Amino acid sequence: MARQKLRQKDDKHEHCYIRDGKLALPYQYFAGRVGSRFLIALRDKKQILGVKCEKCNRVFVPPRQRCERCMEDLSDSWVELSDTGELTNYTVVNYEDKHLPRKPPYILAMIKLGGADTPLPHILEGIEPGKVELGMKVKAVFADETTNTILDVDHFEPV
Amino acid sequence: MGKRVAVCAVEQTGFFTNLWQKRFQEMAFDIVEPIIRKTGVTFDMATGIRNIITCSDDVFDARTISDNAMTDAVGAHYRGEEKVTMDGINAIGYGLACVLSGHDDIILIVGHCKESQSESRDMVTNLAFDPFYYRPLGLDFKNVAALQARAYMNKSGVTDEHLAKVVVNSRKNAALNPAANARELLTEEQVLKSPMTCDPIRLLHEYPVSDGAVAMLLVCEERASEFTDKPVWISGFANCMDSYFLGDKDLVGNFSLKKAAERAYRKAGVKNPAEEFDLVEVNDCFAYQTPMWLEGLGLCGEGKGSALIDGGGLKTCNVNKSGGMLAGNPLMIGGLARAAEAVIQLRGEAGDRQVEGAKKALAHGTTGAAGQFHSVLVLDSE
Ligand SMILES: [Zn+2]
Repeated sequence: MARQKLRQKDDKHEHCYIRDGKLALPYQYFAGRVGSRFLIALRDKKQILGVKCEKCNRVFVPPRQRCERCMEDLSDSWVELSDTGELTNYTVVNYEDKHLPRKPPYILAMIKLGGADTPLPHILEGIEPGKVELGMKVKAVFADETTNTILDVDHFEPV
Repeated sequence: MGKRVAVCAVEQTGFFTNLWQKRFQEMAFDIVEPIIRKTGVTFDMATGIRNIITCSDDVFDARTISDNAMTDAVGAHYRGEEKVTMDGINAIGYGLACVLSGHDDIILIVGHCKESQSESRDMVTNLAFDPFYYRPLGLDFKNVAALQARAYMNKSGVTDEHLAKVVVNSRKNAALNPAANARELLTEEQVLKSPMTCDPIRLLHEYPVSDGAVAMLLVCEERASEFTDKPVWISGFANCMDSYFLGDKDLVGNFSLKKAAERAYRKAGVKNPAEEFDLVEVNDCFAYQTPMWLEGLGLCGEGKGSALIDGGGLKTCNVNKSGGMLAGNPLMIGGLARAAEAVIQLRGEAGDRQVEGAKKALAHGTTGAAGQFHSVLVLDSE
């Protein structure tokens, strides 16, 4: 690794040096029992699962163990969601950054899948940004290779 | 009425796009020192500050439990110190509890953030999301705000033109505030022509990358006069949390803001928020949030944000005389900076931007993506 140098940003400030560094930390994230089932179903069966709170009559995706409203245990109340849904919101991401999954411009959308009550954010492709309309029907396109995350759906595209 | 707590001093560094030549510890000390000098407060364990509340973010500081690295700068050596890792306005609520519980007479609050140190603050806020469902999609506080902006604009009739007016107003006010970061005046046309970074959010709708720090001294009612002849009283504080997952919440419902406001107003005896405040400081990271938060705070009717802007309400209601977060405060202390402005105004020390005769002020803070969490503070000069 090249040795990092101290550098001065300008000569107006005496004895003021900075060093370039990086926050980087390999890490393991436990998906949780509920999250694990969701991710395995997504990866192996190309199924998108939600969990239903019978008390609140709401189907949540991403899944979670407890309903945030009534704390009911939802870990065995699986519902299979449709892989198509309705676009409820979107933005055209027009800036570039390392954490973004695509080069700009790309569309970040909120999609309410059939059977779910909560829209899921995801990438929308296969349509010009200017032609996107709220309410349009979109369908999940699954990724060829798994990342064991929501990106096992590679993106959504218009039906 | 129960016992009261006063804000007896406030200091801020001023806000800058890149304070690279200051360590965060020095930023903190720069504002702690004048508080000591001006109020005569000491760190004596019997009569002075025994407990300090800091506010910062570990990722922005690139250091785990980063407050451990600044005990000397805030006078916490051999004293109590706790850190708030939410907007620093919540440190005021925390300090209030310390004093009202009788554990402390005096609390020093010090909040700081240097957004400029990271290559990208959007990368920092991307880390606020879970690692399986949202983070891999590149969600950050900007693109999530864009989703909320579209939903709000669709619902409220707030347009791109309204947002340009919001930004122009912010800059007009900031020009009179020596502490503000973005102080250059702008025209509506300049805002309307600035690039769409994440539609409907334009570059000039975003608060600029900012560095800075804010400190405050809270004191119990019995001892406030030892430190100032212009105490500002905390008459109501509340906060409220909404869902973590963006899809779970009504993006335009302002649910948590309404709940926080309701509780703060009840405690402060505010019956008609639209009429009672002499000035209002809202934590607007993006231009659409100014009218949206004003609606949630009950300062105009539901869906009346556009009418308020059209009717010149930003000016007549003295909204964000500091310039607001839009004029540049870092994340973590946007709300604390709002409270600082409110205190400065109620002390009559706001110079060219002073609201004459200001007696009652509202300061608002928000933390998290698209206003997940809101805090509301009511302050009185009497
Ligand atoms: Zn429930």
